[in-house]
Amino acid sequence: MSIPTDIPLPTSTGPAEPETAPSAARPAGPRTLWDRIGVRLAAGAVLPLLILIAWQITTAAELVPAYRLPGPLTVLQAGAELLERGELGLHIAISVQRVLIGFAVGSVVGLAVAAIVGLSRAGDALLNPTLAALRAVPSLAWVPLLILWLQIGEESKITLIAIGAFFPVFTTVAAALRHIDPHLVEAGRCFGLRGWSLFRTIQLPAVVPSVVSGLRLALAQAWLFLVAAELIASSMGLGFILNDSQQTGRVDRILLAIVLLALLGTVTNALLGLAEKKLLRRWT
Amino acid sequence: MIESMTSIIDAPSTSSGGHRDPGTSAAVAEHARPRPHEVRLDTVGRSFPAPGGRQVVLREVDLSVVPGEIVAVVGPSGCGKSTLLRLIAGLDRPSAGEIRIGDSPLRGTDPRTAVAFQEPRLLPWRTLEHNVALGLPRGTGKRAGRERVRELLQLVGLEHAATQRPREVSGGMAQRASLARALARSPEVLLLDEPFGALDALTRLRMQDLLLEIHAAEPTTVLVVTHDVEEALYLADRVLLLRSLREDPTSGSIARTVEVPGVRPRDRADRSLADLRVELLAGLGVHSPSTPTASAPTPSAPSASTPTEIPS
Ligand SMILES: Nc1ncnc2c1ncn2[C@@H]1O[C@H](COP(=O)(O)OP(=O)(O)O)[C@@H](O)[C@H]1O
Ligand SMILES: [Mg+2]
Repeated sequence: MSIPTDIPLPTSTGPAEPETAPSAARPAGPRTLWDRIGVRLAAGAVLPLLILIAWQITTAAELVPAYRLPGPLTVLQAGAELLERGELGLHIAISVQRVLIGFAVGSVVGLAVAAIVGLSRAGDALLNPTLAALRAVPSLAWVPLLILWLQIGEESKITLIAIGAFFPVFTTVAAALRHIDPHLVEAGRCFGLRGWSLFRTIQLPAVVPSVVSGLRLALAQAWLFLVAAELIASSMGLGFILNDSQQTGRVDRILLAIVLLALLGTVTNALLGLAEKKLLRRWT
Repeated sequence: MIESMTSIIDAPSTSSGGHRDPGTSAAVAEHARPRPHEVRLDTVGRSFPAPGGRQVVLREVDLSVVPGEIVAVVGPSGCGKSTLLRLIAGLDRPSAGEIRIGDSPLRGTDPRTAVAFQEPRLLPWRTLEHNVALGLPRGTGKRAGRERVRELLQLVGLEHAATQRPREVSGGMAQRASLARALARSPEVLLLDEPFGALDALTRLRMQDLLLEIHAAEPTTVLVVTHDVEEALYLADRVLLLRSLREDPTSGSIARTVEVPGVRPRDRADRSLADLRVELLAGLGVHSPSTPTASAPTPSAPSASTPTEIPS
């Protein structure tokens, strides 16, 4: 069995991804053609291009009826049309905004609760069972409750996304905090560090790799929960396009929304990856 | 949580030394240092919960280290040397008895005390200079702190490695950085747990001399745990021989206290210490093959080949 490489394991020693390891830990060997950044980007584009070509051929030859699978150009046109009406930018902006706010809120709360559960035995005993139970609730089960309590406004969606982002951060960071080298903490105590200064100087830096992998998982979850929230109750956003287009039978717009979600997810993940590299270089 | 509470309660009781006045603390206590403090242990014991009852590690330790004295602690591996040091550092509490530093009973860690642990315990994400800076007294100014760190790194011969991370330097260098960190606050009580254990023989001799120089310049009360009898006799005014309570479960922990004659700096080849060395080694269960006085080897090189080290 192999572990998917883009899901970092919640260890305190660092994420499993080879590309994020400090350069010293990179397996020795000459840099080949495949290590060059330009080559990597080009190589990564090969498969999407092939799919695009196959898609175009399939639809142009009318192997599949257009109402089932419109061609790439039709999808592009649908995008251009929405863009002209000023709607597409709005849908994207509102979705990105929801993800970012929900992700930020969920991560910060996740970090804070992880600190309580991971650093104090009382916090662990009091909170952990409840959190484990809450974590077992499937995300969609929250939706009716959130809508009743918070109405179909921004709050209900952002809360759902924050719930999604909370758990990966909480789980990885709490586990890492429990396994910090007690020798380092003792050294800190002995040089007069307590409470917040101990956390800031020793405990937090020691778990930076786990924080970063938790954040990456949380971001993926945030996009997942965004679509869940928008599919069910919204009048804007990419999830709304999906739901609305399903009812009006606009397969071109559905495909457009899917491609946009893929692109946005990849871009935000890549940005976080850059931050991760910097953080790990500084803190490991 | 509980520890941070007690430390808040402790804080006022630790400010007996005049130099902790915020106005002068930036000058790092080099001038107008208060007298180093006495360390007193009254029938201190420590036991740990173990399967089938409690395991007694230290029993009835009575000890008074006078200000400025250097006391070496030797004893077989596992006899509680590190435990004793942790107790005095305030990182652990005695199960019995009381520890005082100066006039105040010890509760929790104390800003007058500094420790260099058996392992360097450097923060892996910090450069050596920033690791050393961790030991500076709270409230040291930025400039004064940088200055002091540079001084200390120079003192331990690490100025060239100031910006390196712990994993980029050798174990010996890391241990010297750990010593520099302990010295950064100009401690009145310096606790060293096998500080030179990871160093090669030559560096170890140099560091011993360095410690004595520092002590001569800033008289500090020093407790140094070592597994090297030679080192103990070279550094200390008194040597404390601990026994392992596992083998002798009814007696107190201190097997012997030996006053080391002469004044520092001692001659490493001093033959008058040879008897003492043989005696201490015998106390540790290492016996010389022939009559001690006649054929004692010249104590000039405390390397692994001479029988002065206790395997630890
Ligand atoms: N926190 C602890 N819990 C349980 N046992 C301990 C603890 N700390 C030390 N001990 C026990 O105390 C004994 C002495 O340990 P130590 O002081 O490290 O010996 P040494 O003289 O080699 O430095 C050992 O047997 C160890 O198992
Ligand atoms: Mg020890």
